[in-house]
Amino acid sequence: MDSENVKPVRKTKEEKKLLRKQIKASHTLLKHEGINTVSQPTKHLVVANGGLGNGVCRRQLQEVLEGAGNLVSLLMPPNKPYAFVTYASSDDAQRAHTLINGQQLECQAQVVTLYLSFVERVSCEQSECAELPPGLVVLEDYVSQEEEACLLQAVDWAADDNATANKALKHRRVKHYGYEFRYDNNNVDKDKPLPTGIPPVCDPVLQRCLKDGHISVLPDQLTVNQYESGQGIPPHIDTHSAFEDTILSLSLGAKTVMDFRHPDGRSVAVLLPERSLLVMKEESRFLWTHGITPRKFDMVPAHYTEGPVAVTSDPSNLTLSRRSTRTSLTFRTVRRTPCDCSYPSVCDSQCPPVIPDSAPSAPSVPQGNKDAFRLEAQFVHQVYEEIASHFSSTRHSPWPRVRDFLLALPAGALLADIGCGNGKYLGINPEVMSVGCDRSASLVQICIERGFQAFVSDALDVPLRGATFDACISIAVIHHFSTQERRLAAVTELVRLLKPGGRALIYVWAMEQEYNKQKSKYLKDSRDKENANPVVDEAEHSMKQSPLPKPAPEVSSTEVTPKLSVHTNRTAFNTQDLLVPWHLKGGEKNACQQGGGSSTDAPKTPAPAPVFHRYYHVFQRGELESLCSLVKDVQIQTSYHDQGNWCVILEKGTK
Amino acid sequence: MKLLTHNMLTSHVKGVTKGYPLLIKATEVKVNEVEFNPQFVSRMIPKLEWSALIQAADGLGHLQDLPGTVVPEFENNDDFLRKVHRVLLEVEVIEGCLQCPESGREFPISRGVPNMLLNDDES
Repeated sequence: MDSENVKPVRKTKEEKKLLRKQIKASHTLLKHEGINTVSQPTKHLVVANGGLGNGVCRRQLQEVLEGAGNLVSLLMPPNKPYAFVTYASSDDAQRAHTLINGQQLECQAQVVTLYLSFVERVSCEQSECAELPPGLVVLEDYVSQEEEACLLQAVDWAADDNATANKALKHRRVKHYGYEFRYDNNNVDKDKPLPTGIPPVCDPVLQRCLKDGHISVLPDQLTVNQYESGQGIPPHIDTHSAFEDTILSLSLGAKTVMDFRHPDGRSVAVLLPERSLLVMKEESRFLWTHGITPRKFDMVPAHYTEGPVAVTSDPSNLTLSRRSTRTSLTFRTVRRTPCDCSYPSVCDSQCPPVIPDSAPSAPSVPQGNKDAFRLEAQFVHQVYEEIASHFSSTRHSPWPRVRDFLLALPAGALLADIGCGNGKYLGINPEVMSVGCDRSASLVQICIERGFQAFVSDALDVPLRGATFDACISIAVIHHFSTQERRLAAVTELVRLLKPGGRALIYVWAMEQEYNKQKSKYLKDSRDKENANPVVDEAEHSMKQSPLPKPAPEVSSTEVTPKLSVHTNRTAFNTQDLLVPWHLKGGEKNACQQGGGSSTDAPKTPAPAPVFHRYYHVFQRGELESLCSLVKDVQIQTSYHDQGNWCVILEKGTK
Repeated sequence: MKLLTHNMLTSHVKGVTKGYPLLIKATEVKVNEVEFNPQFVSRMIPKLEWSALIQAADGLGHLQDLPGTVVPEFENNDDFLRKVHRVLLEVEVIEGCLQCPESGREFPISRGVPNMLLNDDES
């Protein structure tokens, strides 16, 4: 395929190499980004390697492109390793192709080679949302340059005294006043104030905040962070039980970009200009994580517009800005009563601390129903409860074929999502009345916080009226039942809910992760991803593992000889019944146990990421169909393999 | 929990034959404004157990003189559709419980989430 459409014209070695690389680049674009390149000239080109994600600045690329013809627009989507350029005519574009394809560009500390291909049209999905997290405000020029200088001077980094709990963390310098923020338990010792309170030099600013109504009481805790270029702070939520609602943060010395992320996966990059004040209240303080990606360049708007430029997602207006040393002053008020916020799924006052299961005594494949229930309770229900928040943060891209099924439903249809997880399918089709249920109360809570209708229930006993729903979906659920009898009961229950003629879509994990010579996304290792982000974030069942080493060896494996085998992530399956490890991700640990302070850093002594084990029964080819054929009153309409899953669409008979 | 969801829910305690409709015992009810979509409401009406909706709305004090039966030609009755919209989509039970009319078993509603899980011996 690599050589199709190549005419047998003599080419030099260099030309051949360039062509090969260019073809490879367009394959990568198609595979990871869904960008279709065409061979006939058009006005539009995609410039592979010419993206902000490669460290290419807008101005630099623009100069090169302008040299070739009349430039109409240049789109540089955030974080992507490519850019789109549109010329006034296809002749211009063709000239650019001839001149620039294969050209090298020196940017920052590296050299990139640009590969150009024609595209029919330019499409940039704006994945980042344009709205600030609710409760978040950025006030520009909140302090004057004189005040900034005073404040910076007042922080004496040299004085290595205990009075202000001076610390050099791995990634930045930090100093505490009033109370020390402890990185071991992400909290403060409320009865052990530091000898030095908030320095009086801060008073004018704090009084201004009080007068302007940003706060109603003066803070009693200050954390000063100093970030050199290239340093950052992992995403976190300030521990609910440690601090009151409003958190203030002054940016001094330099601007930066702070990333905010909702548990449902929405993310917003917020520009914090030098001398600005960030006010985090309510949802933005309690539910969204915030962090600063360690890097030397930030994506910022190319043209400075009026007012606080907080969000950067417009590909026609992005460029890179070099970071310099930034000092942040974070003012907080120590909390004296338990937190009673409306976000219990991430609140350490409202949910019990999670104790990772250190040594799961691996059970055998269950025989009876009681056995099966116990197994699932420990290795399915409990695990989802514990990993809910991290799990949810990795589940935001709907599967294309599930989405197609949902979008094909007629307006006004009733849909039940049995095992709805964080509700990522509940809002796909707004013309449909969707209700979800899940065994995990934490996941259902996330659905409710997202404004969806959901309740807690078991998939074997769904408390919904029978013969009522136009459609049901069961995505990645039935493989968690540990006996054939229970899997059959789950399908039967699903069909019970359908009205005559109603349809059900079922996805289960497949034993065959390679199908028609295609490896599933789950199997493909991260080398494939290089500098491109895949369109679909992850396989339904896989986990974000990138920051982790190879799957951790079993904890205290000497204790028990597992009877159910423990699967090695991203490898082929050897057996049908197994335990699949989930590595709770370091930076975004379930906030219940690791709330994090605004100065949370990666733990200094890197604790091993807690590992949880989920039970799975992976389905063999044909197994799902034969299971469904045991259910009365229903026909298999289609069945297919989709990225390592077996899938069926069932239709209930019209009596 | 919206009343539209309540209209779909039923008790599934073992042995219960008449687990519908669930009785709502609310301690906190909120009315959240939702954009009015007359077509959507019209499409929902035929799918509802009307008497269960009326009973639930009445119990929460939000009946707004809705009649005991669906009015004819409701598709063109804006006033009627608005009232149904309010009851179905805007009234939400935040705290309280749902009670099975036959067995008396109560299912808690906390922070808007009904917990319908049964114990081992109930299913």
